Amino acid sequence: MGWEYVIPGYLIVFGSLATYTITLLRRGRQLAAQLPPEKRRFLD
Amino acid sequence: MTTEMSPESVSGPSSTDQSGPESFSTTASKVTTVLGWLSLASIAALLAFGLLISPPEISQGESVRLFYIHVPSAIVCLYIAFSITFVGSVIYLRKQSVFWDLVAGASAEVGVVFLGFTLATGMLWGKPTWGTYWTWDPRLTSTAVSFVLYLGYLAVRRLDMDPVARSKRAAILGIISFANLIIIRYSVAWWRSLHQGTTLDPRDTQLDDSMLVSFFLGLVALSLTFAWLVIHRFRVAWLEHQLEAQQLEVAIAERTASAGPTGLAAGGA
Amino acid sequence: MIRHAKLIAAKDLRIEVSSKVLTAQILPFGVLVLVLFGFGIPPDRRVLGTDTDVSRSLLEQAAPGLFWLAVLFSALLAINRSFAIESADGNLDALRLAGFDPGGVFLGKSLAVAAELIVLELVVGLGAFLLYGPPLNDVVLLVATVTLTTGALAFAGILYGALGAGSRLRDTLVPLLVLPVLAPVLLAATRATESALFGPSSDGWAWVGFLGAFSLLYLGAGILSFGSLLEES
Repeated sequence: MGWEYVIPGYLIVFGSLATYTITLLRRGRQLAAQLPPEKRRFLD
Repeated sequence: MTTEMSPESVSGPSSTDQSGPESFSTTASKVTTVLGWLSLASIAALLAFGLLISPPEISQGESVRLFYIHVPSAIVCLYIAFSITFVGSVIYLRKQSVFWDLVAGASAEVGVVFLGFTLATGMLWGKPTWGTYWTWDPRLTSTAVSFVLYLGYLAVRRLDMDPVARSKRAAILGIISFANLIIIRYSVAWWRSLHQGTTLDPRDTQLDDSMLVSFFLGLVALSLTFAWLVIHRFRVAWLEHQLEAQQLEVAIAERTASAGPTGLAAGGA
Repeated sequence: MIRHAKLIAAKDLRIEVSSKVLTAQILPFGVLVLVLFGFGIPPDRRVLGTDTDVSRSLLEQAAPGLFWLAVLFSALLAINRSFAIESADGNLDALRLAGFDPGGVFLGKSLAVAAELIVLELVVGLGAFLLYGPPLNDVVLLVATVTLTTGALAFAGILYGALGAGSRLRDTLVPLLVLPVLAPVLLAATRATESALFGPSSDGWAWVGFLGAFSLLYLGAGILSFGSLLEES
């Protein structure tokens, strides 16, 4: 009892996390490509 | 409008001779790569323990597994994410550093995502436990209101206006939203305590060892993931900021060039 | 600051009197919302009161909350209006450049909106009594509740209204910003009004205290932050 709620819950959370992560990485690449290397300063 | 950068983010001539992760056109670095793999590993461990190894709870059955996400994501967004936004906003107002403005924004955005997870898993947990997706439980209700509260904060960050004025407004909002978070939480709790007996309290749950491990793994996995996401979100925001500044520079240079020697006033305007 | 506040409040109220937006548009809207609630909530359904054995109509029992919802929605219009009259010619910038104290501008605009809200609450309140027919148990508690809620709505409303000022998105942004903030106010005002109408009064005074603290908090926050908010708006 309860799996029908547990599975959607995990799918929503980790599905959204994956989507958000991919969007973020793509956007980062896209932006970084438009800037010269000396402007791509991040903190490490 | 000149803005003072914080020491961590100052881009000077010395930055060009630094090689390493920055030469790739991504927002990753050595630290975040390690952090990313750690997040993935802990998520895998959470899935193994939370879904397979740990047993169902005696009274709640399998639905207790939603807790291993629900409670950690609530802790991460309500206690960590919005506190970072608050602190970042305070520092921004004092030092006008773009760095802290962007950190505040990045943390709020990822916080809202986690708040969404808290709501979704909370409602899914409520259906088998309370028999309904939504009850006017104080925590659930105040979480829903807080969700909209921070959606408003994110909306202000996207306003179509002068970036410095916008950052200032966002910082003020980031500070008072934190106060509102507390007001909403306590007023709703007070409201419910006057009109309804206690409902089944999630904290009464009996946890055995493997459940505690699952819960702990959830906390680790979501905290690491949060950190990784905030760093990357910050870097994307930083790149956007740089790009905006660069476009402005180009535009000003073009104007001064075309205006010629008499164009000082026009170029500076 | 007080002198500037008086000037700004007088200016806003004069504009309001001459344009008649409050009386011709916002008041009718508030009363209309009361009538529409009657369509949403079955008027003939009777329920047992929360605190007594008396059976009341559902509308009567919900009257405090419905009244404050109607006021809240109308207040959004008044807040938007308060900034619409400034945005036309960059008025907020002009006020700042003319040397107006930002705290005074905040206070003045809040007081003008508060005055409009009082008128609104009198009319909508009368409408609520006529349409929903609740009893009245404690007049003092009701007056205290209405006064402090007006302050809370005006101070928070003007502060959040300023956050959207100068943007084309203001009309849609301000409700999104201000409604979650005012949710606790709605809650407290509704509970206090329930006590004032149905009794017992003791529960209500605690909520009135909350409303007072909320008003003071936003009064302080508004005076402190309005300077930064008005810059470059």
